[in-house]
This record gives sequence, C-alpha cells and structure tokens, in this order.
Amino acid sequence: MLNFVIRRLLTLPLIMLAVTFLIVLVMQLIPPEQRAVAFTTNLQQLGRVQEIIKTNHLDGSVFEQYWLWLGQALGGNLGFSRTSGETVVATLLSRFPATLELTLFTLVPLVWVGVWLGGQAAVHRNRLPDAVIRIIAVLGYSIPSFVLGVWLLVIFYGALDWLPGTGNISNDSAVLLMTGSVRHVTGLVTIDALLSGRLDVLWDGLKHLILPAFTLLVVGIPALIKGTRASMIDALHSDYIRTARAKGITERTVIHKHARRNALLPVATLISLSVSGLLQGAVLAETLYGYPGVGAWAAQAAAAGDLPGVLGFALMAATIVAVINLLTDLAYTVIDPRVRYA
Amino acid sequence: MSAVTPNSAQRASRPASRSVLARTFRRNLPARVGAVLIGLYVLVALLAPVLAPPQGNCRRALTLSETQVVPGPAAYLRELLAPPAECLQMPRQGFAAQPKPPETGTPLGSVGGYDIRYGLVWGTRTAFFLGIAVVAITVTVGGFIGLAAGFFGGWLDNILMRLTDITFAFPGLILVLVLVAALGPGLQNIIIALSLVSWAGLARVLRSEVLRLRELDYVAAAHGLGSQRWRIALRHVLPNALGPVFSIVVLEMGSLPIVAGALSFLGLGTPLGFADWGQLIALAQKWIQGPPGEPFAYWYVTLFPGLCIALYSLGWNLLGDALGEQLDPRNR
Repeated sequence: MLNFVIRRLLTLPLIMLAVTFLIVLVMQLIPPEQRAVAFTTNLQQLGRVQEIIKTNHLDGSVFEQYWLWLGQALGGNLGFSRTSGETVVATLLSRFPATLELTLFTLVPLVWVGVWLGGQAAVHRNRLPDAVIRIIAVLGYSIPSFVLGVWLLVIFYGALDWLPGTGNISNDSAVLLMTGSVRHVTGLVTIDALLSGRLDVLWDGLKHLILPAFTLLVVGIPALIKGTRASMIDALHSDYIRTARAKGITERTVIHKHARRNALLPVATLISLSVSGLLQGAVLAETLYGYPGVGAWAAQAAAAGDLPGVLGFALMAATIVAVINLLTDLAYTVIDPRVRYA
Repeated sequence: MSAVTPNSAQRASRPASRSVLARTFRRNLPARVGAVLIGLYVLVALLAPVLAPPQGNCRRALTLSETQVVPGPAAYLRELLAPPAECLQMPRQGFAAQPKPPETGTPLGSVGGYDIRYGLVWGTRTAFFLGIAVVAITVTVGGFIGLAAGFFGGWLDNILMRLTDITFAFPGLILVLVLVAALGPGLQNIIIALSLVSWAGLARVLRSEVLRLRELDYVAAAHGLGSQRWRIALRHVLPNALGPVFSIVVLEMGSLPIVAGALSFLGLGTPLGFADWGQLIALAQKWIQGPPGEPFAYWYVTLFPGLCIALYSLGWNLLGDALGEQLDPRNR
C-alpha cells in the first residue's frame, strides 16, 4: 500500500515533465521574435528583441530551450502576459480565487444532483423516470454552454432583470471590498463576506454565481448521470444484491445500503473528470458572464495570441488535473477495501 | 490458403453489423428522431445553394448571370463541394451593427448586416465538413496507433500509451485553445487542433478492444495458417474491433461543432463573416438586452443559431446513445 502511494507520488513529477515539454514544443510553432515578447515587461524593451533572443537562446534547440524554461518555471517565472499587463504567475494568483469559487459552487450541486438522478434512472430502469432522466442527459450533452448561457442571459438578465449579467460582484460590494469593510481573507467573495458578517455582500456574490454555475451544471451533469446509472445498474445485477433480496430485506434498504454504496465507488473517478470539465467550461462561462477568473483571461490571451498567458493557464489546468487524479487514486485505497495496491 | 479466412471473416461480420443497425432502429423512438434530424441537416447541406441562393461576390465568383438561380448540375456540384471562398462568406445586407427582424430577403433576420439564414444554411455545410474531416483524421491516426499498440504490445505499446497520457493530462478544450493560439485561427487550423486532441481517446478504446481480440482462437488459427502479423492485424482483428469506435465517431460528430462553435465564440474560430454557427452566436452575444420596454426585441438573433447548433448535436447524440446501447454487451 505504502509502496503504491510512493510510486504513484513519483509519477506526478514525470507527468509534469512530459506536459511542460509539450508546452515548450508547442511554443516552437511561433517564431523566436514573437516568443521574445514573453521576456519583456514594457513596450520600450521591444527594441531589444534580438538581444533577448540571444541571451535566452530562443533560437537554440528544443531541449536547450526546455532546460532554460524549466529553470525559470521552477523559479516561479512563466513569462509576461500582454493581455493582463502583469506576469503570468501574478495574473494566475489574482484571478484563481474567482475560478475556485465558481468551481466549488458548481461542483457540489453537480455531484449531488447528478448522482441522485443517475441512481434514480438505474432503479427505475426502462420506465418513465429513466426515460425522463436520460432525456435530460442527452439535452445537456447537446446544448452548448455558450448557447444556454446566452439564452439564460436574455431571459434572467435582459427581460426579467432578476440576476446580474456580468462580473462576480456589484459595484457597491466592490467598494466595500476595496475599503476593507469586507476583509480580504480567502479571495472568495462569498466566504470573505461571511467571515466579515456582511450578509448583503454574500447575497450579492451568490446572485452573481447563479447563472454561471447553473450553465456549468447543465453542461456537466450528463456525464455524472450516465456514469452513476451504469455503475448502479451493474451493482443491482450483482450476486450480493440477489442474496440481500433473498434474505427478505426491503427494497429500500437493498438500494440504499447495499447497492448504492458499491455503485458510488466509480463516482470518485467521475468527480475528478468533472473538475477537469469545469476547468474547460470556465473558459466559456467566465467569458460569457464577464466573470473575472482565470478562464476568461485565458480566452482573451488565446484570442490575442498571448502565448505565455495561454500556456500558463494550460500548465495550471494540467497541474490541477494531475493532482486531482493522484488524489482520486489514493482515495480508492481508502474508500474501497478491495483495492489493495501491492 | 490465407485468402479463405478473410472472406469468411467478412461474411461473418456483415450480417452482424446489419443486425446492430436494425436492432438500433427497431422500437427505438430516440434513435429514429436522431436519424430524422441528421437526415434533415444533410438535406439542408445538399440544398444549400437553393435554400440560401448565392449573392453578390459569390455570384460573381461563380460567374452566374443576372437571372440564373440554380446553375447546371456540374456547377451545382462545384458550388457544393468546392465553393469559391466568396460563397462561404455571409453576404452583408448593410453595415449597421443593429439586428434587423425577419423580412423578405432575410427570413430569419440579420445581425451586424449578415443574413442569418445564409449563415445557418452554409454553416451546416461547414459543420459537416469540419466533423467529417476531423473524424477521418482521428479514426485513421487513432485507429492505426491503437491497433499497433494493442496488437504488437511491448515497448511500442508503452511509448504510444504514454503519448496518450500526455494528451489526456490536459482538459481537451484547453489543449485545443493552446494549439489554436499557437497555430492561429482559421478553419484549417481548427481541424488540425481538434484532430491532435481527439486521436488519443480513440486509440485507447481500439487498443483495449484489440487486446481482447488478439487472444481469441480465430487469431491463433490465422496465425497457424501462416498469415503474416500485419495481415492478421488489418484483416482479422481490425474489422472486429471497430464496433465500439462506431458509436464514439457518431457522438464525436455531434460534439465537434460545439467545440468549434466555442472557438468561434471566443474569437478563435473562422474569420469574421464566415458562414459558421459559432460565429453567429458570438455576434448574438452583443444583443442580449433589447431596447427599454421590449426585452425580446432581438429574439431571432439568439434563438435561430442556438437552436440550429443544439438540434444538430442532439441528432448525433440520440443516434450515438442508441448505438452505444446496442453495442454494449451488457444489454444482450
């Protein structure tokens, strides 16, 4: 067991090495003159492009460049982003809390509702509830988040004016944050508001989260429904369920105690996939709702050809995915007694 | 001697695949709805020059006379399969950004001066072109790699599967974003980026199927008959491993226009004015709020392109789901 944990922990740096090498490889697609821009911090330095290419060996081999890039990246230098006017690391740090908040507020209802719907579909397999739930799943797969988002904005922002259309906070609350009436503790608006006891700011933050979170929920839920349904159907067909029924245990107990506990094991994997899906979804949802997270910035950076910015975001996403996958693998050794890695 | 085996293998596989399709559509309403939807979109794509007749620059590029509506069959085919660049550009009715409601000439309204009907009809052609191009590349590359990894195993398998690991290390859309940012926007680069991302999933699925098949008796029999390894891989194993790939390909046809649309929506897709669904939604984004008192004044700008892309994807998803259900051994 400990052996497995150690071996699994050692794979993380290997994956990151491969991922970062791919990133440097992708950078070779653009000419050294453009790549040199990542090393400048103001417009005046653009005149020294040739010098920058020389000193940073931007015209050298991929391996040479990778070695230099790795040294800088380990020192916390991922270059300068034209779109944000800051270094990539500073931008990621300042914008990440908003994305984290959106992801957390989506992930909890996503998993809860998705697992519940998937379980219901399996229990009522091939009957009306199953049909309805599967239609929900297919519709969720089919509607693009940017279409759903635009429609939601037309109705709840444009027509009804119930919910705000842009940002993660209204101007009034932003002033409170800036003047220190709401203390900056975590960077997550709702949590900071709660810690400072400002319920009005909390409500304001929540109102800004509803539409983007709902959009991400609809787009993300089909995978959870399908996954839970399949694993629940498998569980309900297993021998120990037949045994439990034969013993005369009520159907309710059979489903909730015996089947569901085992069916939920693969859900750990589904959750880690959902996090990866939410990171992708954040690029679109944050752009659509003008939400100040890393996703919206990455989209701007990509559209402006600001490669250090996009690659910094991709590196962040890959790191999160790698860590979540690692945690999932480790979680299985705890939640499933049958999994014993030698 | 070895000529006998492939024939019998083909004979055995044909009735089976036919029955999968027959079983998929029998008493399966969603599958039929999906097939009808896709059929309609195919019709729209084929009838594009009739449903949204070429105008302005496109007419000039096709050298159509003033009164000609539909050219001769040869010219029609050219218009459909290899249209001049001008025809894939939505004609401008004017230069006012303000959307104009449906009227004669622009039955679905216009936004930013672009005729929405023209964008949707010719965008259908773009969606099929993009889907078929990416799927063709993905199936060829992913299939070849999956087959080689699964059939030959060993170090080759190890190297190829580590390559898929690296691809899977990024959330798909984010890797597409990086590649398009590096390659630059445009339809061709989108196709390259989407293919570079989606080959890995297909390779994995095919590999696991090949791993199962290569241990079966009929492969050992072919080997015993003296067939060469590549021949066994291509003629005996590959045709039987393609089943699960089939439903993945159908589902991918539905999801590709969504990803491509997302790129257009982010300003990374096709050039401005190109007949493409995502482009129209990006234009619609600015017209979410109507003028005071008329909240739904610009409904046509968001409704038609959104419905168009969602129904296309729905059609493929219904088909793919039904196929997947039929091919799933647990449902036999």
